[in-house]
Amino acid sequence: MGHIAVIVRRELASYFATPLAYVFIVIFLAMAGALAFFVGNFFDRGQADLQPFFTFHPWLYLVLIPALAMRLWAEERKSGTIELLLTLPISMTEAVIGKFLASWIFAGIALALTAPFWITVDYLGRPDNGVILASYIASFLMAGAFLAIGACLSALTKNQVIAFVVTAAVCFVFTVSGSPIVLGFVKGWAPQAVISTVAGFSFLTHFNAIIRGVIDLRDAVFFLSTIAFFLYANTIIVDLKKAD
Amino acid sequence: MPTIETDAAAPDAMISVRHLTKHFGPILAVDDVSLAVRRGEVLGFLGPNGAGKSTTMKMITGFLAPSAGTAVVCGADVTEDPIAAKRQIGYLPEGAPSYPDMTPPAFLQFVAHIRGFRGAVARERIQTAIARTALESVLAQPIDTLSKGFKRRVGLAQALLHDPPVLILDEPTEGLDPNQKHEVRKLINVLAPEKAIIISTHLLEEVDAVCRRAVVIANGRLVADGTPEELARRSRHHNAVRIEVTHAAAGEVSAALARLPGVASVEPADDDESEALMVFAKDGRSIVAEVADLARAMRWEVAGLRVERGRLDDVFRTITATA
Repeated sequence: MGHIAVIVRRELASYFATPLAYVFIVIFLAMAGALAFFVGNFFDRGQADLQPFFTFHPWLYLVLIPALAMRLWAEERKSGTIELLLTLPISMTEAVIGKFLASWIFAGIALALTAPFWITVDYLGRPDNGVILASYIASFLMAGAFLAIGACLSALTKNQVIAFVVTAAVCFVFTVSGSPIVLGFVKGWAPQAVISTVAGFSFLTHFNAIIRGVIDLRDAVFFLSTIAFFLYANTIIVDLKKAD
Repeated sequence: MPTIETDAAAPDAMISVRHLTKHFGPILAVDDVSLAVRRGEVLGFLGPNGAGKSTTMKMITGFLAPSAGTAVVCGADVTEDPIAAKRQIGYLPEGAPSYPDMTPPAFLQFVAHIRGFRGAVARERIQTAIARTALESVLAQPIDTLSKGFKRRVGLAQALLHDPPVLILDEPTEGLDPNQKHEVRKLINVLAPEKAIIISTHLLEEVDAVCRRAVVIANGRLVADGTPEELARRSRHHNAVRIEVTHAAAGEVSAALARLPGVASVEPADDDESEALMVFAKDGRSIVAEVADLARAMRWEVAGLRVERGRLDDVFRTITATA
């Protein structure tokens, strides 16, 4: 556990050592606000809830989260520090979890800074705070799932731009796998079981269920197991690719 | 070329490498390398680029998994208990990588924390490492902005931080200026009595300066192992005599020298523009007395006479070209 904490601290410090952290937070807050107000009609709806705010999170994450995740392993491989890191007396699992947690905590900080939305709604009306809290948790879990995918894919390449693009593409497929964009590919030939499995991987479906107030533990379990799966894949990919 | 088998099972060895082998797909990068390094020994890895020096080091330090064989560091098998082995090792990877956005103290603090040092102990370790590698003047700068020499020293500081019994340094003086090279070699010599050290280099003067023993690796195989003197003895320059005669016809001198029984051949010396001759000995035997006697008998005016102990670069070229 000690090792993981040390790695988390170093990674977090390195986010804030470059403008990336501030650029990310400012753009995240600005876009989250703009989408909620102008596209989601936050005020005009006349309802005291944060649904128009949370609805756009998957799309916001799709663009911004790959930027957080792309450097995690690609940069270590490019600069050769991966050799330093992995010859320190730590296990591969500790390194993978430490890096992931740092990026997840960072995403959590950005998300926490949107609290004024909640405070405003709570001040102006009487929202269902339980649903809002659940939505925040769901948004945080979904960010974690995006980050785990991004961390895993960033271990595949030394090039951060490639890591960004591939992560964005894979995350897009996961986000919309419940919609005709993806299901159209499988519908013609695959049996129903396959189709519903593919649809079951949709981040959007799981996320929307929670923010509409249908709080089901299975949705949380879905995101957590997605994180676990991609982190496990991450350890394997790092092990395979570290020497290249 | 026969594989050289050193005593890898030596009981007091701090590093013992046993039949290490590494395949990268169809390429055999390291082929059955075995060796042992004891406390107080500085072993030099010599070899052309791509010979397998770095790959061998990466396997000893647990970065790469060997295809076959293993390395044991202070009793810890690197394939079975990598973390225990890594605790005993200070490693400077090739190119001395470190996190560019950190300052040297922040970077060293990260390494200290990972290595389990906290609070005052960590601070003291970091101070010692900084002092040993003379980093005091750059403590406030991100590593990114440092010169190549300082970056290398940050890497060394990181490797020395926990005062490990085993040091593995991949090209520790690469990219340093002559003064910095001298400093690093001095540091290695200071550390040497307490530790088992492996350094890789392609600078042969470095082997003379710091190594107690040297191995030559070519095409992934160990092709020579010995003290620098032993290796130099294999050179055709070993016991050759460099003689400079003034006021005499070079052709005559050369012909007279070549008639000596211990002399294999006489060639113009390749070291400068003077008329010096290099007299090569048969089978590396000592011929300086014969040459001196002849010079006296012929009443040559000898401006210089020197016995060569042998040249490592000679040996290096012969060994690695035929391997």
